[in-house]
Amino acid sequence: MIDMIKKFSFSRLSRDDKPIAIAATFILVILIAGTIYTLDRFGSAPLFSPTYLVQQLQIGSFLGIVAAGMMLVILISQIDLSVPWTLAAGAMTATAVGGEWALPAALVVGLLVGTVNGLGVAYLRIPSMIFTLGVNAVMRGLMVAQTGGFAPQTKATDLMRYIAAERTLGIPHAIFVWLAVSILLVIMLRRTSFGRSIYAIGNKEAAAYLSGVPTKRVTIIAFILCSVLASLAGVLLAGYSTKAYQGMGDAYVLPAIAAVVIGGTNILGGRGRYLGTVVGVILIVLLNSVLSIMEMPEAGRQIIYGLVIISMLLVYGRGEKATS
Amino acid sequence: MSATKQSDLGLRIRQNMGFSIAVLLFVIVYFLYHLAHPKGFSSQVLVQNSNEVFSLAMLAMAQTVPVLLGGLDLSVGAVMTLVDCLASHLLEGAGPSVGFGIIACLFAGALAGFVNGCVVVFGRIQPIIATLATGAVYMGLALFLRPIPGGKINEDINWAMTNALGDFAETVGIFEDGKAAWFQPIAGVPTALVLLIIVALVTWVPFRRSVTGRTVYAIGSAEGAAFMSGLNIAGGKLAAFTLAGLFAGIGGIFMAIQTSSGNADIPMAGAYTLSSIASVVIGGTSLLGGTGGAIGSIFGTLILKVISFNFRVFDIAPLLQPLFEGLVLLAAVSLGALSILRVKNQLELFR
Repeated sequence: MIDMIKKFSFSRLSRDDKPIAIAATFILVILIAGTIYTLDRFGSAPLFSPTYLVQQLQIGSFLGIVAAGMMLVILISQIDLSVPWTLAAGAMTATAVGGEWALPAALVVGLLVGTVNGLGVAYLRIPSMIFTLGVNAVMRGLMVAQTGGFAPQTKATDLMRYIAAERTLGIPHAIFVWLAVSILLVIMLRRTSFGRSIYAIGNKEAAAYLSGVPTKRVTIIAFILCSVLASLAGVLLAGYSTKAYQGMGDAYVLPAIAAVVIGGTNILGGRGRYLGTVVGVILIVLLNSVLSIMEMPEAGRQIIYGLVIISMLLVYGRGEKATS
Repeated sequence: MSATKQSDLGLRIRQNMGFSIAVLLFVIVYFLYHLAHPKGFSSQVLVQNSNEVFSLAMLAMAQTVPVLLGGLDLSVGAVMTLVDCLASHLLEGAGPSVGFGIIACLFAGALAGFVNGCVVVFGRIQPIIATLATGAVYMGLALFLRPIPGGKINEDINWAMTNALGDFAETVGIFEDGKAAWFQPIAGVPTALVLLIIVALVTWVPFRRSVTGRTVYAIGSAEGAAFMSGLNIAGGKLAAFTLAGLFAGIGGIFMAIQTSSGNADIPMAGAYTLSSIASVVIGGTSLLGGTGGAIGSIFGTLILKVISFNFRVFDIAPLLQPLFEGLVLLAAVSLGALSILRVKNQLELFR
């Protein structure tokens, strides 16, 4: 029986689609398990209500935008650990500049950070793991020096409030931003030569270089996009919580990496679909939310979170043995 | 004979350029620090510095082993925290129970590392993402043990381990309570420093010379070639992660002894993990694997820490310190990368 189900569902899918299908199934499992709990405990099933789901998507949109940028960098087999303070710097710049220049100023910060990251990784060929770690420390230093180590007193502008927290037809605008970012990214990855170059570099950089792919330029642009998206997420988060604060990005980098990998993107780069990243983000956000509804203490949450990542990867993220 | 020895030394220095630079840099900066410190060149300052360095130095050693494989261990901070919380429960009493407690803590650290190894070897999941997940699990276990900071450590151990050798001897009651004449010249040496050297000599040096240690280096250089040479790949990886867990565990025990409590602090664990990566890189170990060593990572830690010690004595505005730390890290890795400017064939850059 189980074999039959397997035959008709997962095994027919391509290697890139299988993780997405499994992760999506797991999302349903989370929702059903949560509903069983709430029915038993409170006699109601709020998890399938549109209000709850829309609210989760709104929370997920910040992580989703960060994860979208992170995915680009992971696809070229790099990683960006400067995301936390790029996000915070974007938010702090936006609130400090204020007015109509808030959003452009924040994006320029992202652009600059991404350029530095890209130059270090592409030209100096420093492993991105350590270079972006250093850039993160520098950004943290700049922000601490700038703000004195306190949460800045400046408030989010009306525009930031509008795009992050307000709603049209009951749907928060942050979700539209995430949707727009997603559509642009999918078009870029699937329909442009830049997108194909990203996959080529991730598979074999030397081969991509010899085939005429401008590997350095593509690497730099990927890092710029990642940082710009991080600062955009920072602006949205500041708009959502009406102000910027120290360490606001710290909780985003590891979940973003986890979301990308749960979605089936190879951590070594070169393969993975964007839809998977979206599913991964939703999975992580829902898992967190359902566990907090169940009043699971932080300890239990961490353990379940780790076990879920491992077990998902054991199902479809296994590498191959090096035998030659 | 002496000529061969000399060129041998020259060759070794050239082969370990990153390590040599790290040692040189540390000696210079630390000398300046003592010159500027009002109580410079005293046992007291040395003791304080050693205590501050020890846990991170252990974590840097822990991080080195998976990095030599070409992997990365994002769980070292979590393992340290887990053992820290465990130690705050087990090291409270006196007598033999403390001894068993320490053994249990070492075992817990090694076990956590072994589990990482199993996930990587048998699960065939990339180390960075496997340890990201197991790190969350260990953090959860640590939170179960210490939902809020607390606990207590045997005060004698705390005093003996975090002071100079003289105090250690007095507490333990050896060498005429540390008053023996021959003992006086070394009585001012910090216990933590001696412990660090002992751990390095007893664990790392034999490991590096063993077949398993060589296997770890071989896997990091070229896993396929190591496999074809008949090396035990699975065993090497398991040993590497287990050793990493053991080192992280020692760091955790010391942290518990030093702070006399257990604290499951998630941001702190993350910060320690990231600092351990920085230490490894500054110490001359390549993140691509295959070259470097744990002794270099200790010096990497020393450099990182000495820089922040210098902020104190040179009275740099505290708000600027994080910025300087970041710039130093960036400068260190960028200088190390300048050798690529000499590369003539672009293809050599891709590895």
